[in-house]
Amino acid sequence: MQAGAGCFSIPFDVPPYRLSGAVYGALLNHRSALAALGEAASRPPYGAPPRAPVLYIKPRNTLAVSGSVVRIPAGTPELEVGACVGLVIGRTACRVSESRALDYVAGYLIVADVSIPHSSYYRPSIRFKARDGYCPLGPAVTARAAVANPDALTLRTYVDGALVQTASTADLIRPAGRLLADVTEFMTLAPGDVLALGAAAPAPRASSGRTVSIEADGLGSLRVPFMDAPA
Amino acid sequence: MMRARVAYAGAVHDATPEREDLRLADGRVVTEEQVVWLPPFEPGTVIALGLNYADHAKELAFKAEDEPLVFLKGRGTVLGHRGATRRPSGVKFMHYECELAVVIGRPARQVARSQALTHVAGYCIANDYAIRDYLENWYRPNLRVKNRDGGTVLGPWFVDATDVADAGNLGLRTFVNGNLTQTGNTRDLIFDIPSLIEYLSAFMTLSPGDVILTGTPEGVVNVMPGDVVTCEIDGLGRLVNTIAADDEFGR
Repeated sequence: MQAGAGCFSIPFDVPPYRLSGAVYGALLNHRSALAALGEAASRPPYGAPPRAPVLYIKPRNTLAVSGSVVRIPAGTPELEVGACVGLVIGRTACRVSESRALDYVAGYLIVADVSIPHSSYYRPSIRFKARDGYCPLGPAVTARAAVANPDALTLRTYVDGALVQTASTADLIRPAGRLLADVTEFMTLAPGDVLALGAAAPAPRASSGRTVSIEADGLGSLRVPFMDAPA
Repeated sequence: MMRARVAYAGAVHDATPEREDLRLADGRVVTEEQVVWLPPFEPGTVIALGLNYADHAKELAFKAEDEPLVFLKGRGTVLGHRGATRRPSGVKFMHYECELAVVIGRPARQVARSQALTHVAGYCIANDYAIRDYLENWYRPNLRVKNRDGGTVLGPWFVDATDVADAGNLGLRTFVNGNLTQTGNTRDLIFDIPSLIEYLSAFMTLSPGDVILTGTPEGVVNVMPGDVVTCEIDGLGRLVNTIAADDEFGR
């Protein structure tokens, strides 16, 4: 199975795993991301900080492998890169408990949630996040057993080799198990679905000609080159 | 042509209408009640429109924007004809939304509206449930409102585009327990089907199986466990769903 109708293609078969093509992610789940909003999180239009997980979907046209070029549309100087750890679901997860949640995880990978920067989180257009190629992931799926503690993974993001962000899954508001429990309370996740745990703020930015690399302990390095879209 | 996908006697079958019944691809004729109806095609990306009818936007006190209000849904939320959708106990406002679903048949990338309909394979009825109690002001409409298990009903038939004379002029009706509660016509879409395909394909490649739920007109009402919700669109059939309580799901 392939995604992206020929202009992008990601092999979903990553033996021994097969990705379903469904990628969900949590926003504002890293303490730094919510903290960056400060008092604004309690003011209009939001009214109150989020109660349930704030989730988004990266559709199949966004999926891309490590090394795929991300295109920057005309009139946009830079894109944002949300560096996340993603859970790869191993078996049907419906109403899982926090304590057993990781039993439903087959493995982990790095997810780069690429967006056109936007200041309002009230009802942002999907054209900021759902563009072709805006969800590079990989470079491979690392088996659950090979990761001692998913709640203590350090993500390092580099732009052209210079370290620009260090973040840890230890600082998630909902760690992996809690998030999986809260999400599967109302939506079942299937084998091969990916759930990105959330990026730290401020998100690193990249302009045309830059290459972003995201590394995580034991998960390898995801390389994302950025180029202006052809006119 | 109208086609369904159903489970019957140990296998999944393609089926076509045979008077009030169904003819399976292998020749057997069975009744509507004998089969389990699956969504009539394998959905790829599920794209949905909020507030795309002027009357419904007014109903929800929404000021029309200059670009379509689009949100995405996952595959786990999709359900077939004659299924059951759970209403959690304690919620105050759960409502259906009868919508025309447009199924993509050819990859669409930067398609002009004049060419847009050539990328459409066909149509079906969608019922896009929402539970407004869970609405929060972050990335609206949030998934807990709109992407719940069993909350996106598709079917019963996939109808080829060539069999729909004008998708821009189809009457929609919803009945709750037989009482008409919602009426509309796709001619009142704020963003019509060609505009939506042009808008979306400008930034995301649409692939065969991707589906656009084009929004719902006014007339959404609260539904309770046991209610039978029937969504009807001219030429596409009648899509039936029953609201179920928590206990049916072991909660």
